Amino acid sequence: MFNLYVFVLATFVGYQVISRVPPLLHTPLMSGTNAISGISLVASLLAAGSHHSLSQILGFVAVTCATINVVGGFLITDRMLRMFRKPPAPRPLPAGGEQKKVAGGKAS
Amino acid sequence: MTPTATILGLCYLVAAVLFILCLRGLSSPESARRGLVLGELGMLIAVVGTLLHKDIIRYDWILGGLVLGSGIGIGISAWIPMTKMPERIAFSHAFGGLATALVGVAEYMREAEHLTHFKVGALGFETFLGFLTFTGSLMAYGKLQGVISGAPVTWKGQNFLNIGLFFGSLCAIGVLVAHREMHEVFFGIAGTGLALGVMAVLPIGGADMPVVISLLNSYAGLAACATGFALGSQILIISGALDGSSGLFLSLLMSKAMNRSFANVLFGAFGTAIEPGQAAPQGQAKAYNEATVEDAGAVLKASQSVIFVPGYGMAVSQAQHAVRDLAASLERRGVDVKYAIHPVAGRMPGHMNVLLAEANVPYDKLFDLDDINDDFARTDAVIVVGANDVVNPAAKKDPSSPIYGMPVFNVEQSRSVIVLKRSMNPGFSGVENELFFQPNTMMVLGDAKKTLLAMIGELKEGH
Repeated sequence: MFNLYVFVLATFVGYQVISRVPPLLHTPLMSGTNAISGISLVASLLAAGSHHSLSQILGFVAVTCATINVVGGFLITDRMLRMFRKPPAPRPLPAGGEQKKVAGGKAS
Repeated sequence: MTPTATILGLCYLVAAVLFILCLRGLSSPESARRGLVLGELGMLIAVVGTLLHKDIIRYDWILGGLVLGSGIGIGISAWIPMTKMPERIAFSHAFGGLATALVGVAEYMREAEHLTHFKVGALGFETFLGFLTFTGSLMAYGKLQGVISGAPVTWKGQNFLNIGLFFGSLCAIGVLVAHREMHEVFFGIAGTGLALGVMAVLPIGGADMPVVISLLNSYAGLAACATGFALGSQILIISGALDGSSGLFLSLLMSKAMNRSFANVLFGAFGTAIEPGQAAPQGQAKAYNEATVEDAGAVLKASQSVIFVPGYGMAVSQAQHAVRDLAASLERRGVDVKYAIHPVAGRMPGHMNVLLAEANVPYDKLFDLDDINDDFARTDAVIVVGANDVVNPAAKKDPSSPIYGMPVFNVEQSRSVIVLKRSMNPGFSGVENELFFQPNTMMVLGDAKKTLLAMIGELKEGH
């Protein structure tokens, strides 16, 4: 019952927060929430670290998949967000060297 | 509660708050990157906290999975071109679905006999939704990538079969709750999930992809929620709910942008594929103005205001940089340039925004449907770059059209319309577009990118 409260309230908060995201950022929203739902990594860790051998193998595959989502999801969302820049006052036309910044080190 | 369990619980609480702040940051482009860092931090806290869990007794498999997954994740995110974003999203939903489904299977194999009835039910849901998301997303990926035909595949009784499969698995979950040791029922549920994912996406055409991708996003979230219920883990429930509600929100938005009710999207999108080629024969006799790049250039030289309307065709021909360059040369001539972005343009929500951002178009030039629709009547020239349904006037006038009622751009009201299109083929939605046959429309056929580059040359020549 407690968990049901958590679920309903989280859905409500999520919907409220997400309805304020402008269409401009809908793709980053999707890849961002995708990275967050990589939280199933937490459950995969428990499966992979258990004493049951089948569970370890399934857990290993699950950890791999979930990590791809977490690491890849955050990195690619950041890569997208870096492209959305504030409109410059006098517009310098072709992209300068500034754009090629290396992605910030993100480990999980 | 042991001290470790308390610490772990607090870690999860902090992570949940950081995730919500992360999404909060996405409400504006200025705060988005800062928000994302908070989300990353939350994930780091949750993962490190979990590694302290007392049930984890060995780390070799974990380490292997983390290293392998990080390698693949970094590789994919570094190399994938922005035009392939819908494919990447579909693919990552598949990974997410598979991960939750496998966790469900592992948990069931390990603990089935000791779980409460409620938890076994949650595991059934988790596995079902996880596998459904897995195969559904792989199908969506295949369709986007062109491995599987993008055209809808339909047959008689399809809807009945899908609905039957769905309710069948619900009943099976019910049976499992009563008899939790029945492994064959559990694997039956897993198998139905796999099958339903394939069957549900098969009848959906490419133009409906934004809805499908949003829905799969929602399912992936729900699967994570079910995991949370099965394991009694609130962080999974909260994160799953956040993912699920973002999918729900986007699905609702997409359904509104296509003038379909939500029920129609939920069930109708899985079946009411538009009959291909329905309107094609009558169109062949109609006349249209095929124009050259020079003609289009002449129109642009005489224009004071120009609106670009990009569509999926822009992504296909990777023309976003060429669009930006043409806009730049127009702006140098003092022309007012804007971009009109339809919610369902492209293959996923926000697709066009990301592509234009990649080409360095400042985001204050990108306008939503409602914000720009009244401007078309005051505009000298509209350049349609590979968009089709979103500029079809039939959606406003012709009740027999399959897209009737969908909100579209009033492109036809502008002084002249330049349509860049590969050929006069109506495409696989098969809906004829009247706009192409109007007297003020010029059709410039060919690859959009080449045409745009030629137009830039044309503008440079005669001042």
